[in-house]
Amino acid sequence: MKVKQLSIFLENKKGRMLHALSILEKLGINIRALSIADTSEFGILRLIVSDPDKIKLELEKEQFIVKITEVIAVSIDDTPGGLNKVLRLLDENEINLEYLYAFVEQIKNRAIVILKLEDMEEGIKILKENNTSILSTDELYNI
Amino acid sequence: MIWDKEKECMAIDDMKELQLDRLQYIVKYAYEKVPYYHEKYTEMEIYPEDIETLEDINKLPFTTKTEMRAAYPFGLFAVPQKEIIELHTSSGTTGKPTVSGYTKEDLDLWSEVMARGLTMANVDENDIIQNTHGYGLFTGGFGVHYGGQKIGASVIPISTGQTLRQIEIMKDFKTSVLIFTPSYGLHIAEELERLGITSEDLNLKSIGFGSEAWTDEMRNELEKSFKVPAYNIYGLTEVMGPGIAMECGVQNGLHIFEDHFYPEIINPKTLDVLPEGETGELVLTTLTRVGMPLIRFRTRDVTSIHHEICDCGRTLMKMSKITGRTDDMLKIRGVSVFPSQIEKVLLNIEGVKPHYQIIITRPGIFDEIEIKVEASPEIFFDNVKQLVNMKNKIAKSIHDEIGLRVNVTLVEPMTIKRVESGKAVRVIDKRESKDKK
Repeated sequence: MKVKQLSIFLENKKGRMLHALSILEKLGINIRALSIADTSEFGILRLIVSDPDKIKLELEKEQFIVKITEVIAVSIDDTPGGLNKVLRLLDENEINLEYLYAFVEQIKNRAIVILKLEDMEEGIKILKENNTSILSTDELYNI
Repeated sequence: MIWDKEKECMAIDDMKELQLDRLQYIVKYAYEKVPYYHEKYTEMEIYPEDIETLEDINKLPFTTKTEMRAAYPFGLFAVPQKEIIELHTSSGTTGKPTVSGYTKEDLDLWSEVMARGLTMANVDENDIIQNTHGYGLFTGGFGVHYGGQKIGASVIPISTGQTLRQIEIMKDFKTSVLIFTPSYGLHIAEELERLGITSEDLNLKSIGFGSEAWTDEMRNELEKSFKVPAYNIYGLTEVMGPGIAMECGVQNGLHIFEDHFYPEIINPKTLDVLPEGETGELVLTTLTRVGMPLIRFRTRDVTSIHHEICDCGRTLMKMSKITGRTDDMLKIRGVSVFPSQIEKVLLNIEGVKPHYQIIITRPGIFDEIEIKVEASPEIFFDNVKQLVNMKNKIAKSIHDEIGLRVNVTLVEPMTIKRVESGKAVRVIDKRESKDKK
């Protein structure tokens, strides 16, 4: 089960992030999760939002370059070592991690981790076999 | 079709004879009518009678932009000012502009050569020409206008800019021929794409482009966007304007209207005349211009010329595409670089759009080159490593071409300024002028 993430090219320049997020604000879109990968010149803004296809079009109208990427969202215990369980699984099965970011769920004492793996299919298989809770699109957006 | 078969398909020897007659006449005319030539030739002890063969042109001194500036504004005119009916100037970005004056006969000549040129681009009296070249001091607008009218086509004198209006008129008037500078053409193409208008919605059959340096890759991009052939028009204000040479249907070099403009190629350093086929600076002599004859004008354009019987049937000498101007040439860390080399590399990389800027700085002792390239969906990845790899790939390809290391910066789309008029600013040289050597 994969979920859609928006990846947006940003120049590392004053006001660019604000400009991108203002478009979402105007559309009344709540951001479920966000991370930035950056270098000194440019960055990739990664967002989990509801209705990613529509948001992509809206951002493109404003000249942003946007790609839809598939990622895995897993729910883990918000306790010490919670994330390591997942990472150890991937490590033991030699699945390379491209990147991850995490956020804490407020009510249920759980954390959500967004994973991008080199081999997504194999990753999902391993996670499932080991009873990791993988979230569907609906579950993720309804947090 | 060929506009003037007699002249454009003349046997080479007959052409040489005609050129010699006209050269002898124009040298005498310039010597008698223009004080500048009179003084210069007298001082060098060269007289019109010394021109016995075409090769004797070699005895005459060159005319450069410097001399034209010294004669500013009307010092090179051969006729009283009252006989001049139109005036143009160069843009003057590098100093005082140079002035070009035209008599009635000169405008007839200009219309004639431009009509020949547009005929090469398949234009006839049924066509509707949308001329986006600026009407004003710039010669591009008027040159195309006169040529188009001479042919009997309908010319829309729309000038550059107001792109949405351009597009509306293109659709409503069923424009069949579009004239632009390559950078403005790209801008129109981009707007068409944005509006979802395809070539099927338009009625285009050919494009004439000029007044900017260009590469084959740029032409391919334009032809791909508009889905019609695009032909290069060559000219320069000092000598006349557009219509000195033009590409025919074969699209492999430009035919010089050598019965009116006598071409030579020189080595810009030694000033020696180079043999046919060798690359150097183009020098032009106007053979028939009345208002302002120019003898051996150094154009600063780098090209080569040769004779061949072209597949189109013309025998007019062919000039290869201008690869740069001697004054466009950048000296970076002592290496000569033409911006066109960089453009060629960029447009050969899949997904790179022709929106770029070359910025040269000298932060310390050494020159640094930064190439700003707009990112596009094809060269954007959700992976920093892949993005950095793409940047490095571009930098390496440029390094391979020019032999210098460059920094490539990917910037967001539409952040490099689009040209709404005139020519694109591709190079920003931030070095102090004394350093540019």
